[in-house]
Amino acid sequence: MLYGLMAYFDSAERLLEALRVLKEKGYRHLEALTPNPVEGIEEVLGGDGRIPWIAFGLGVLGVGLGLFLQIYTTLDYPHNAGGKPLLGWPAFIPVTFELTILTITVGIFLFLLYMNGLPLAAHPAVRAKEYVRVLLDEYGIFVYATDPRFDLEGTRALLRELGAEVEEVRRD
Amino acid sequence: MAHKEPHPDHDLIQGEWTEKTLVEKLLEPVEKPAPRPWRVVVAVGAALTLVWLYSLFVTFVKGLGTWGINQPVAWGFDIVHFVWWIGIGHAGTLISAILVLMRQNWRDSLNRVTEAMTLFAVLAAATYPLIHMGRPQLFYWVMPYPTHMALWPQYKSPLSWDVLAIMTYLTISTLFLYLGLIPDLALLRERSKGWRRKLYGWLSLGWTGNAVHWQRYRAVYVLLAGLATPVVISVHSVVSMDFAYGLVPGWHLTVFPPFFAAGAIYSGFAMALTLIIPLRKWYRLEGVITDRHLDWMAKVTLASGLGVAYIYLLEIFIAWYAGEPAEWAQQLWRMTGPYAPYYWAMMLINVVLLQTLWFPRFRKNLTWLFIFSILANVGMWLERFVIVIISLSHDFLPGNFHLYYPTWVDWTLFLGTIGFFLFGLALFIRIFPPIAVAEMVHLFHRLRKH
Repeated sequence: MLYGLMAYFDSAERLLEALRVLKEKGYRHLEALTPNPVEGIEEVLGGDGRIPWIAFGLGVLGVGLGLFLQIYTTLDYPHNAGGKPLLGWPAFIPVTFELTILTITVGIFLFLLYMNGLPLAAHPAVRAKEYVRVLLDEYGIFVYATDPRFDLEGTRALLRELGAEVEEVRRD
Repeated sequence: MAHKEPHPDHDLIQGEWTEKTLVEKLLEPVEKPAPRPWRVVVAVGAALTLVWLYSLFVTFVKGLGTWGINQPVAWGFDIVHFVWWIGIGHAGTLISAILVLMRQNWRDSLNRVTEAMTLFAVLAAATYPLIHMGRPQLFYWVMPYPTHMALWPQYKSPLSWDVLAIMTYLTISTLFLYLGLIPDLALLRERSKGWRRKLYGWLSLGWTGNAVHWQRYRAVYVLLAGLATPVVISVHSVVSMDFAYGLVPGWHLTVFPPFFAAGAIYSGFAMALTLIIPLRKWYRLEGVITDRHLDWMAKVTLASGLGVAYIYLLEIFIAWYAGEPAEWAQQLWRMTGPYAPYYWAMMLINVVLLQTLWFPRFRKNLTWLFIFSILANVGMWLERFVIVIISLSHDFLPGNFHLYYPTWVDWTLFLGTIGFFLFGLALFIRIFPPIAVAEMVHLFHRLRKH
């Protein structure tokens, strides 16, 4: 069974150019695979501005958790410590701070995995024989065979024209 | 293309490399047979870890009576070493977090090994409060949970802040280390076979290098760096409040949080130097951990050490200026009492010898830098000894004054955590690359493209 085509480019600029062309031609079901973050990828594949907002939301949740923990436990078992006010808020700052950071960190990590669809047991592109190249020094585009525009010969020719080395990815 | 000025950081990677050869080099510690010194470190670390387990066993079976703690010195070596290890951890987070935000390219070859150092240092530190509880099986009493006694932790006490600060710190530094490892794990997964492939495959979570994933990954990485930065400062500040909230002369000082934070960064960078100088020699990493990297580290050590030295002098001044007889008596006890050699040894290392780092001649002399990095941690150990033990041995009532005599269990518990730390780190760099491969290749790419 054919999974798709893996195209290897030798620079990030060529990758961006190829992505632009493929998008213009109407390809939708494709992935760019790169060894490190590529500048300018947002303009082609679209950016994801959700992360700061999610982090902010988690932060608000963390502040709430921290204050709730301390206020609730104090009121549940009122205890005079050193004659300080029962709800002396300055003493609540450190725990609220730590719980805020903890909530954001753990939460955003889980959200990152969720948004990236990880953990992922298997990915068709990884079956490409030369796949490791896109983790090292090359830039890859994986075009799924399920893409409506996909046509084995036509797509292969197009990718070659864009300067790529192309490999068919099949199930063994 | 027109001729360009070389990148200001072009010498951070020295030698002729391509991406492929650079990756080969950086993965050598994991993929090639280990050098002989590595085996020695593992053997020594494993032996000391066994000693540690034995002294933990003695502690659990016979109880805390086997330690030297008593009244008035109820916080002995356990707390000295807790603070010592926690401090050492700070350099890892500092390098990985603060230097990311400041876009310091030189961090890229240092962050992985120092983050691993943080992890094992914090793990070593966390054992001390646990065993100091005396009944470690009841450790969960420090957590807020509804008990049959209807009691909760007292959240106006720094000791309960400490629990959450340390646990947050441990969680954040572990997640940060893991997040940084994910792309490298994917690379290792594709390059390895057998059980290693399985291990890396599981741990890499199926990372493929998707460009959109990378974009989110970087956003989260920088965000976590921003969050870890205040945590670094807060953790040791909270630890310092364990002392500063007490009335004991020598503890009751508002300057403690910055004092502890500066000391933590100083000792952490010193420990990083102690580890990185041999590491780069044994694995021939001079091309990626250059003399310039070590010079920068020495400068950060100097800057944070000067903060520490300044507060030593400030402590003396405040003890006199505050006009509190017990404080001044404590200061004189430190300087002239039976513990005076410890105090003056601390002053010699952390105030006098530190000044050598002003001079490039000393900073660039790796032998001296290595020796000084060990001395600095001896100095920081002495500092904690001065703060915890000397202060407690001389409080308000002369009838209360008693010296502290550590037992062999106290000493082996300390040596044991050093062994555990070395053993853990040695195994870590055998399984996970000690230099962040993806980040170095990215840096290489940026420097070359410029």
